[in-house]
Amino acid sequence: MIVASNLSKRYPGGHEAVKDVSFTIEAGQMVLITGHSGAGKSTLVKLVASIERPTSGSLVVNGQNLSSLRRSAIPYLRRHFGMVFQDQKLLFDRSVLDNVMLPLQIVGLPRREAVRRAQAALDKVGLLAREKAAPIALSGGEQQRLAIARAVVNRPAVLLADEPTGNLDIDSAREILEIFAAFHQVGVTVVVATHDQHWIERYHPNVLRLDHGRLQ
Amino acid sequence: MNAWFAQHGAALGSAFRRLWSAPLNTLLSLLVIGIALTLPAFGYVLLDNLRELGRNVSGVQQISLFMNLDAGKKEIGEIENRLRQAATGKWRFVPREEALKRMQTSEGMAEIVASLPRNPLPDAFVVEPTNTAPEALEILRKEIAGWPKVAHVQLDSAWVKRFDAFLRLASLALWMLAGIFAAGLVAVTFNTIRLQVMGQAAEIEVARLIGATDAFIRRPFYYFGALQGALGGLLAAALVAAALHLLAGPVGELAALYGGTFSLGSPGALEIGALAGIGAVLGWLGAQLSVSLSLRKLD
Repeated sequence: MIVASNLSKRYPGGHEAVKDVSFTIEAGQMVLITGHSGAGKSTLVKLVASIERPTSGSLVVNGQNLSSLRRSAIPYLRRHFGMVFQDQKLLFDRSVLDNVMLPLQIVGLPRREAVRRAQAALDKVGLLAREKAAPIALSGGEQQRLAIARAVVNRPAVLLADEPTGNLDIDSAREILEIFAAFHQVGVTVVVATHDQHWIERYHPNVLRLDHGRLQ
Repeated sequence: MNAWFAQHGAALGSAFRRLWSAPLNTLLSLLVIGIALTLPAFGYVLLDNLRELGRNVSGVQQISLFMNLDAGKKEIGEIENRLRQAATGKWRFVPREEALKRMQTSEGMAEIVASLPRNPLPDAFVVEPTNTAPEALEILRKEIAGWPKVAHVQLDSAWVKRFDAFLRLASLALWMLAGIFAAGLVAVTFNTIRLQVMGQAAEIEVARLIGATDAFIRRPFYYFGALQGALGGLLAAALVAAALHLLAGPVGELAALYGGTFSLGSPGALEIGALAGIGAVLGWLGAQLSVSLSLRKLD
């Protein structure tokens, strides 16, 4: 489903964040990308979501080679992924429900259907009671769960997360972990960049360990 | 198809909400756009009315031929002969007594005519040439002027031509004015939209990250620009109608003083629609330019 061969990313200025990385992620797997801070985890996630373009090597997602993808095709590719960002990227000028509705508006779902689906997604992460709240009124863990609801509302084949438990206390982090595990159990491919050891102890996922941009 | 309607409906809805959520800004923008459209639109209506006036008055091309005061029956017969030979078209003899009588019936002239010791008017012919080309008329005028006992030959279409030339000049000036104001309208929309794009940088970034196409991001701004322009156009139509309404009374009085009836035509549904449409197109254009430039900055 996701195949990387000799993938490298060099940022302007010369820093090479990912060096000559090759791996394959099958559909339905749970894969952790781990490594020290600055090892290139975030860059790898961004490459897969075509937020960054590889400098060399190839990355094939769902049979599409990202290096030869036209710019206009990128939005459609990103819709295969549910993205959870390190800084969540919630919109604070609208309600919890409206945040979750955004991906559905982007694909043009009629409003009534979109509301129904958004409420279902909020229910899955335990936030249905807070649908009218402003995101700023949510705790850190709740905000992260809101970000997950937005990522899964469009029923993506792949859930892609960058340090989803990075800023959370242990209990909140556990909750997030369990939500991801639940999606994995119903067949969603889960790819998470994290340095949280709980994941490995508890779920024995496939692990891609990065060290200074290289796969170990 | 369903998705298409949902997306365009959502974009239109969000454009309405943005207009509604900042009423003061909206009002000011609409005023600027409305006034920018009002001036050329008002000029257009005025010109249209003047053109209509000219058309009613000009009618047929005529040449008036005035005899010397001392011309007698013999000379008049001579002129009739020559007109017949020249076969220039229809012509009519207006004896001086008839001219005086007609003058007496004119507004305000009766007293003046009555105070005259004797008839000051000459015998005259009114010629309606078949060939009304300006050059042919001019040749005919010169020829007639050379005939015996002819005091003066007047081409009645001269003032129509002058009036026409004036109208053409005025309409050219109006188009230039309209061009300048149109550019102003585009600039106003450009600026409004630019501020909006900057204000929504976060939303645009998130939407792009989760798979929004460029069209999805641009659409609400286009609708906003077009909607704002259309509303400005409607405001302009209202302002023009109000101005014409205020002018209708005085113009009627003025026309009555000249013994005529003339009323200003007010803008009809077609003109109102055209103003709204022009506003919408210009607003859309401003939005397009603005979004393209602003989004490039966000990239």
